[in-house]
This record gives sequence, C-alpha cells and structure tokens, in this order.
Amino acid sequence: MRVDGLFLGAIGLFFAVIGTVYWFTSYEDAGFLMLTGSALLGLLPGSYYLWWSYKMKPQVNDDPDGDVAEGAGVVDSFPGSSIWPFILGMGAMFATLTFVFGLWLAPLAAALIISAAVGVTVESRRGGAV
Amino acid sequence: MTTTIEPPDLISPEQPGGPDGRPPVEHHDEHEHHEGPTGILNWLTSTDHKVIGKSYMITSLVLFFIAGVMALVIRAQLANPNSSLVSFQTYNELFTMHGSLMLYLFAGPFAFGGLANYIVPLQVGAPDMAFPRLNALSYWLYLSGSLVMMSGFLVAGGAASYGWTAYAPLSNSINSPGAGADLWLMSLGLTGFSAIFTGVNLCATIFYLRAPGMTMFRVPIFSWNMLVTGILILIAFPVLFGAVVMLFCDRHFGTHIFTVQGGGVPVLWQHLFWFFGHPEVYILALPYFGIVTDIIPVFSRKPLFGYKGMVFATMAIAALSTGVWAHHMFTTGVVLLPFFSLLSYLIAVPTGIKFFNWIGTMWGGQLSFQTPMLFSVGFLFAFLMGGVTGVLLASPPVDFMTHSTYFVVAHFHQVLIGTTVFAGFAGFYFWYPKMYGRMLNEKLGKLHFWFLFIGFWVTFMPQYLVGLYGMPRRIASYSPDAGWTTLNVISTIGAFVLGASFLFFLVNLWVSWRTPVGAGDNPWDGQALEWFTASPPPHHNYTHLPPIRSERPTWDYNHPEHRKHHHPGAQPLPDKETVGAES
Repeated sequence: MRVDGLFLGAIGLFFAVIGTVYWFTSYEDAGFLMLTGSALLGLLPGSYYLWWSYKMKPQVNDDPDGDVAEGAGVVDSFPGSSIWPFILGMGAMFATLTFVFGLWLAPLAAALIISAAVGVTVESRRGGAV
Repeated sequence: MTTTIEPPDLISPEQPGGPDGRPPVEHHDEHEHHEGPTGILNWLTSTDHKVIGKSYMITSLVLFFIAGVMALVIRAQLANPNSSLVSFQTYNELFTMHGSLMLYLFAGPFAFGGLANYIVPLQVGAPDMAFPRLNALSYWLYLSGSLVMMSGFLVAGGAASYGWTAYAPLSNSINSPGAGADLWLMSLGLTGFSAIFTGVNLCATIFYLRAPGMTMFRVPIFSWNMLVTGILILIAFPVLFGAVVMLFCDRHFGTHIFTVQGGGVPVLWQHLFWFFGHPEVYILALPYFGIVTDIIPVFSRKPLFGYKGMVFATMAIAALSTGVWAHHMFTTGVVLLPFFSLLSYLIAVPTGIKFFNWIGTMWGGQLSFQTPMLFSVGFLFAFLMGGVTGVLLASPPVDFMTHSTYFVVAHFHQVLIGTTVFAGFAGFYFWYPKMYGRMLNEKLGKLHFWFLFIGFWVTFMPQYLVGLYGMPRRIASYSPDAGWTTLNVISTIGAFVLGASFLFFLVNLWVSWRTPVGAGDNPWDGQALEWFTASPPPHHNYTHLPPIRSERPTWDYNHPEHRKHHHPGAQPLPDKETVGAES
C-alpha cells in the first residue's frame, strides 16, 4: 500500500513541477490544464493510499515473508459468466451509430443499455447469475 | 451461479497439501470448466481473463493483417512514379486506415488487452482480473469500435481520409464530409473507453490482487510496465475522448472550437491530440519493453540485471512522455521549443538505462537463441535505430528540415515495428506454450524472424534517405524526375519480404494446431510465476502456489541450489523433494 501510494504520489508531484514550469514559461492554457489534471490524477489517489497505509493493518501481499495461507478467505465473489457486458457493449455501439446515422437507432441503443444496466445490477444483487 | 474465488493452497513442507488451522479449500479440478453456457454463448458471456485475452489477441492480429495488406497496397502504389494502382482518394483512405488500425486497434489492444490480460493475473498470482465483467465490457467495446471503424469502407464517401492524426481544419465537415469520418470518430470513442476500462483493471489487479509475498518490488517487469501503462492510459485516453467529442460538435452541432472563423483555435486540436498521442507512443512501447525484459533473463539463464533500475526507468519514461507532446508541433511556431526539446532529449536517459540493463543481463549469460530470444534481439536493433533517429528529431533545427518527410515515416515505423512486431511476436512465441499447452515450431519461427528482420531493414532504411532527399509523406504519386524511384522500389521490395514473413507465422500456427507438440508447464525453464501453473492454466489459474521470496519464484522453486534470500531473517524455503510432485 505504501509503495503504491508513493508511486502515484511521485507521478503527481512530477506533473505538478512540470506543469508549474510550463505555465510560467509558455502561458499556454491547454497544456497547463492537462498537466494539472495529470498531477491531480497522481496526487489524489496517491495521498489516499498513503493515508490508508498508515491507518490499516498491512496487506499480506506487501509482506516480504507473506504466506499463501495468510491470504486465505474469499477474495470476492464474481459471476462465473455474464451476458450483460456484451449487451452493454452492443448498446454503446448503437448509441454511437445514432450520432452518425440518425435518431432512428436511438430506441434500440436505449433498450440495450437500460436492459444491461438493470441486468447487471440484479445479477450483482443476487450474487451472480447467468 | 456464483464463482467464489479462493486463494490457492500454500505448498509447504510442514503441511503438504494444505495449511493447517483452516478447513481445506475446495479446489477447482484442473480439467474442470466452470459450469455455464457452451459454444458461442460461452464466448459471449465469458468473464475469464484468459478467454478475453485470447479474444483480444485474435481480433487484434486479424486487424494487424488487414492493416498490413493496406500497407502493401500503399507500397505497391509508390513503387513507381505517376502510379495509378489506386485513386488518390483511395490512397488517402488507405494510409489513414493503415495508421488507425495499426495504432488504435492493433498495437495497443494486442499488448494491454491481449498479452497483459492473459499474463498479468498469472504473473502476480491472481485468480482473475480485478473487475471481470468490466474486462468483458472492454473487449466488446473494442470489437464494436473496430467494426465501426472498418465499416467506414462500406458507406458513401468511403472511410476516413484525413490521416490517423485527424488534424483540424482538414477533419472538419467541409474538408472531410461523409459518414466515414464520423464513424472513425465514434470508433475512437468506443475503443478509447475500452482502453480506459482495461487501464483501470490492470492498475487494480496489480495493486490489490497480488499473491501474498508478491510485494511490489517482486512483481515481474512485464506486470510493472503494464501498471505504468495503465496509468498512462488513464492520463491520455480521456483527453483523446474529449478532443473527439469537440471535433464531432464542430462537425455537426455548429460549434467553433477548432475553426478560425468562429473564434476557435485549430492548433488546439494538435495540443489535445498530441497530449494523447505522445503518451500513446509509450502506451504502445512500455508493454513491449516489459515483454523483452521478461524474455532476455530466461534465455540468458541469469536474473535480470538491475531490476529496480528497470522499474524506475519505466516510471521516468512514462512521466517524461507526458511532458513532450508538442515536439510533434515544432513547425507550428507556437510552442515552446527549449522546454519540449529538453524533455524529449531526457527520455533518452531512462531508455538508455533499459538498453544497458538488457545488455547487462545478456552479458556473461548462457545465451540460447530460440525464437522468442531472436525476436527480442531483433527488437534491440530495430528499436535502437528508431530511438536514435528520434533523438535527432528532438532537435528543432533537424525537425524543421525533416518534418512531414519520409524520414519521420521511417523513424516511427522503426520504433513501432521494433516494439509492437518484434517484441510483440517475441511475447507471442514466448507465451504461446503457456496459453495453448503446445509449442510453436522453432524452424518456422526462425524463418519468420529472418524474413521479418531482413524485410524490415530493406523497407525502412531507404525511407530515411528518400526523406532526406525531400520526399513528403502521404503523397500518392511523385514525378520520375524527383530521383526517388530507386529508393522507393527497394523499399517496396523490402515491404513484400516483410509481409511474406507472416506467411511462416500463419503456417506455424496451422502446424501447431494440426500436429500439436506438447509443451509441458515450463518449456523455457521460465522464472516468473506464470510458469508454475499448468499450461494452459486451469480456471482461476492456480491450484498451488510456490512460496514467493524473490522476483523469480518459479526459478527459485525449480533450482533450489541457486536460491537467494533477499532479506535477513527469511525462513529457508522448502526443498523441492519435500514438497513432492504436485500437478
């Protein structure tokens, strides 16, 4: 956890420095904004990880002597298979095609996306089903 | 049905077969497939990272071959002056789609969707990716995005024809009318989100699903590089998506973000695009650096030289790559030359460290040049040439001379073929036995390599020269008086040799499919964790795990005489004999 936090923090810090230098040498807004965004992308999760790394007990996968037995227990529960990613992907495709070929595709896209959103939620509530 | 993911058993001398103090874990039998739909429905509904990884690989290889055929048509057109093999409009569509397919749909997805999806969970000892359903969604967005882009050829007006960079104002609705251009933009939206989801998945998997004992500084370099690639994806692709949305609004909804007439700034497109585009180059390069870094120690029979140096070099390359976008825009005259030139030069330092470490790993090792190693060495030569010409181009005066000439074309093809093709196929030959449990033919693999290697140099070295003689890129025809004919003919011959080399690859796949040669679990005497499990790995990857006490747990386990304890106070590792033969 600590290494992860330092890793992200270092990235954020680098962009903060570069972004500051860039602003005061070029006064160009687009690049400055994008560098600021990148700095935040590193600093926000990085500082969150670091904060937690001091508060929670160390993860077994950060322990150099960690045994597999220490990681025993359920990691998480996932559906073994699920049709909803496919339905959602097709919905997204028809949604983009709506922008190209016209609104007549919109009902199809909406139907696919809504059914996938409902389906995937129900699946998660039930703990996974096909 | 719920698949509960349980961590696999510890192999330890005291309790062979399972740790004490807890009830025995239910194992998935190695040959068991989780219950679920079969046939095509199994493919449509699978959330297994191995199935998704293979789907990614097959899809991206098909697109790679389509884009390769486009490249051959382009080279055939340029083989003689005033050629009329294809019309100028078709030519524009061909080079646009060649670039788009190769960069957006092959090079990235093959690495971070295909190989990484398959290998990263194995290397860090995880049962699957962190978000399996998101992973499946990534693949479906990628596949549908690819189909949307390719469907541009079917609509009136043809496919997008403004180059893979889609510069404004060429890409606006007046200069590039038609649905093909819109489909291209939509495809980038779909595949962009696919990449973002994969990036999230890779970061979460490597941060949280490592096996106990697999500390961050024991994660193999390929997985480290995929983590850094994941971060780069999260930096770069949202910017591309934003730019695409703005361009679409300019084309259809009457905004004037990139048009001068309405008070917009065309060069803003270049800023946004290259803020994506240059990290994208490293999104395409870092995974392949990782592949080579994993292969070279195995075929040198040595540990990697400078593990932590490699990790920090990867981070440095990634960080610097995001601060150099405007070196693609030197000739616009509105960017800060010293800033971008200096940062571009700086990238040579961590890249040099990597080269030093690769050579240091091989130095004094027992080298064996099997196909994956040959491709890796080919990568070193190819990428060195591409990299050195890249350092040249980081100098603004040189860039002013060579901008938009074939010199630049040769440069980025040597970089990208060096990484995505040489290192990419090195990884494919290396991990194919793990994925399918059978070997690829060595002789055919070596023929593939030598045809590719020779074709590669014959194709691109003349392009440097013809670029220095002033031939611009993206022209469909040239005058016989220009003096470019001979070099173009040589380049075209090379391109066809390069293309022919992939026939050996296809024959190799066919041979391995028809007359399989069993690979065993660890055919190369590999070092990282993925070689510990069966080939192909069982559902949820591991039924047993070795103790992880260094960055090469499988090697430690198989070669107890070479074990090193990397920190004081470590428990001695169990001997192989005491553990007994699992399998």
